[in-house]
Amino acid sequence: MPDLYEVADLVLAGASSGEEVEAYVSHSRETQVRVYEGSVEQLSVAEGLGVGVRVVRDGRQGFAYCGTFDPASVRAAVAEARDNAAFAEPDEWIGLAAPDGISPVSLDLWREDLLSVPTDRKVGLAVELEAAVRSADPRITGIESCDYADSAGETVVASTTGLRRSARSTGCELVAYSLADDGDAAQTGFGFSVGRTVDELDVATAARDAADRATRMLGATKPPSERLTVVLDPWVSAQLMGIVASTLSGEEVVKGRSLFADRVGEQVAASSLTLVEDPTDVRSWGATPIDDEGLAARRVPLISDGVLDGFVQSTWTGRRMGTASTGSAVRGGFKTTPTAGCRAAALVPGSSSPAELLAGISDGVLVQEVSGLHSGVNPVSGDLSTGAEGLRIRNGSLAEPLREFTLGSTLQRLLQDIVAIGNDLTWLPMTAAGVTLVIADVSISGQ
Amino acid sequence: MLDEAVIERTLGAALRTGGDFAEVFVEDRRSSSAQLDDGRVEELSSGHDRGAGIRVVVGDTTGFAHTADLTEEGLRSAASAAAAAARGGGGGVREVALTRQSAPRPNDVAILPETVGKGTKVELLQRADEAARAEGGSIRQVRARYGDSRRQILVANSDGLLSGDDQVRTLFVVSTVAFGDTGMQTGYESLGRTIGFELFDRVEVEDIARSAARRAITKLDARPAPSGALPVVIGPGGGGVLFHEACGHGLEKDLVDKGASVFKGRLGQQVASPLVTLVDDGTMAEEWGAYAIDDEGTPAQRNVLIQDGVLTDYMWDFLRSRKAGRAVSGNGRRQSYQHLPMVRMTNTYLLAGESSPESIVSSTDRGVYVAHLGGGQVNTATGDFVFGMTEAYLIENGKITEPIREGNLIGNGPTVLSEIDAVGNDFAMGSPGTCGKDGQGVPVGDGVPTLRVPALTIGGTAA
Repeated sequence: MPDLYEVADLVLAGASSGEEVEAYVSHSRETQVRVYEGSVEQLSVAEGLGVGVRVVRDGRQGFAYCGTFDPASVRAAVAEARDNAAFAEPDEWIGLAAPDGISPVSLDLWREDLLSVPTDRKVGLAVELEAAVRSADPRITGIESCDYADSAGETVVASTTGLRRSARSTGCELVAYSLADDGDAAQTGFGFSVGRTVDELDVATAARDAADRATRMLGATKPPSERLTVVLDPWVSAQLMGIVASTLSGEEVVKGRSLFADRVGEQVAASSLTLVEDPTDVRSWGATPIDDEGLAARRVPLISDGVLDGFVQSTWTGRRMGTASTGSAVRGGFKTTPTAGCRAAALVPGSSSPAELLAGISDGVLVQEVSGLHSGVNPVSGDLSTGAEGLRIRNGSLAEPLREFTLGSTLQRLLQDIVAIGNDLTWLPMTAAGVTLVIADVSISGQ
Repeated sequence: MLDEAVIERTLGAALRTGGDFAEVFVEDRRSSSAQLDDGRVEELSSGHDRGAGIRVVVGDTTGFAHTADLTEEGLRSAASAAAAAARGGGGGVREVALTRQSAPRPNDVAILPETVGKGTKVELLQRADEAARAEGGSIRQVRARYGDSRRQILVANSDGLLSGDDQVRTLFVVSTVAFGDTGMQTGYESLGRTIGFELFDRVEVEDIARSAARRAITKLDARPAPSGALPVVIGPGGGGVLFHEACGHGLEKDLVDKGASVFKGRLGQQVASPLVTLVDDGTMAEEWGAYAIDDEGTPAQRNVLIQDGVLTDYMWDFLRSRKAGRAVSGNGRRQSYQHLPMVRMTNTYLLAGESSPESIVSSTDRGVYVAHLGGGQVNTATGDFVFGMTEAYLIENGKITEPIREGNLIGNGPTVLSEIDAVGNDFAMGSPGTCGKDGQGVPVGDGVPTLRVPALTIGGTAA
């Protein structure tokens, strides 16, 4: 591994007097294997690296990046960021993060052994998964893709304002997309397993999920349009809570784009709902000791017993709102500047199991997959309309499969209409964890 | 970008362990952007990425490696890694002699964005902000974004191909928030072309801004969208994403080969209404998905996918057509040198028909008129797709009446295609898009005339 601090120092050495300079340096090694019919279809080995540079002078911020550690290119990026700053308009709150007295916690996110796993073993896991999915059920007719992927990444954030910190983590996953056919129509499913190293991967569970998700949809029909009780499984609720969490960003609040902007202290959700952002929870796949400005990541309460506590903040949004950073700066890699956002939001689970919750529902729908969330949920207006698939619930039991329908509501309403939260908190590779949610009186649109 | 002899030696190194095919893809991408938000030019950003991706094919296995180090040593090391990944068995030396090829660019670029001062770009943002806010006091927030990119690529392979392209794209996007009694609503408009800064000699950023502002303001008065199945009329240029999702992805040969497409085995069959003729065209001058060569070195082409409702061809990448011994289609694309190419769309559009747009609306008793669609998603194996309506109205008694709130439409590709019962004579291309597949995003265009689908499920909440 290259020394990322050395690259960061090269950036900071380019600082002129009267300006703040920050280097965000990242490096990762990745392997991706795709198998098909028992053989390797694609095998990629990759090294991803780059530097993002922020320069702040006279209350103006400029940014530039380069996808190399070549010293001439890095120095050019510093010059370009400085030049860019001259064209921005001044802002009294702009500035880089500075140490705030909170030390990062130590998190165990790195498994050295992943780096020495032979490629054969990685290929073998993917081959094993593909075979397991194919043999799980006679109605499985094909595999759309079956992949193993891993990554070992390190990030350094260093600034002339006194921050100099790093974080590193490893991760790997197995994912299969399956096809099932009953002679009438095809259905698809997927299954996956995520770990910090290969020993944590669970081929059997991934295979069973991939087979179950496809076969249980065989014979699915389109339901009539009506209002009824909807149960979201953890896979679906994690996606939805990720969107809710995104509306609680200080960036959206200060720019007048959060529907929760003026509602701190108000009841914004059912009183059973408590939502917490906590990247220091090592179970979360978004866990990290530091945020993307180098401050210590920390626990941030967002909603407690249905009452809005506040928002996640970056340095800039914290200053602008008259508070402080909550250690919640996030970036999309070295090519972007930080904003405020969640990476590890989770609901506090309830006490009932999913089975107990289902048993109490006489007429409803269990939603196991949603589509078009990016086009169907407007996080500013709160309008929500998403494609869905799932199973009918009749008299407390799961019944026939349903497809090609939509769920319609608003984010504001949906949060108030949550009537029960399951005990099955599930950590998924997303910005929020999942848990079974029961929501009353949701519009479904079908026939 | 690189010396030919170096590329030849790199390809030789890639084949040293017995590969059937090797390819070097070199990319140098520079981009710049500027954003105004909340009334202030908050940030200018510049980026530079440069590197090479090398793939080696042995039998049905592809090995791939990439590097940001474009020295001969860096390239050789990536070539060895790709060869090891493909696990070539036999040894031997294969000489590769490259023949430089050229493909016509879809259009010229008059003003390279890198030659334009940053102050000039920033000024566009300020003009857009002002124009959007001038549309009315209900406009509370405006974000304007300017972006340009120049992507120079070189592709060389062991068949002796050596080709390159210089792709310049310029984009302007405005999004707004309007505030009223019913809460907040958003509006969005974007314009992008595969040309340079001359884009702004032809369009006024004020028009883009006003359109984004009006969309948000209109929705303040919008009623909840209906639920259930209704006739849907899609306006010109606003709904190309329908075909992108309903059948475009399903006609990509890699998905077809794996049985993950409802269009598998249907070549020569009637898969759509006879009113439907669908084309994918990478040569379409200036459009967002246009290029001279794809990312495997194949010149862009105009490919008719569906002719009068009959499926005439799928879209192909180079290796699949090479293996099948058939003509290439020019649809092998990748997001960057760090990715393997896949079968992708370019500019996908429905040819105009004969109906007048007015008659299509007036012959619809009750339904929804969609002026603008947002993004979508499809399951190619089942054909089920969704896409969002970002500007839509009710049709009552043959007339476009009140605006309705945002929502998704849901349908099944083959069903919708076969049911289309009217196609207008008023074709227009739509907004620039980014198509995502298997984690890779590439720029695409789409277009449609006015058309009608007799029944699509509207994902609203009203009865």
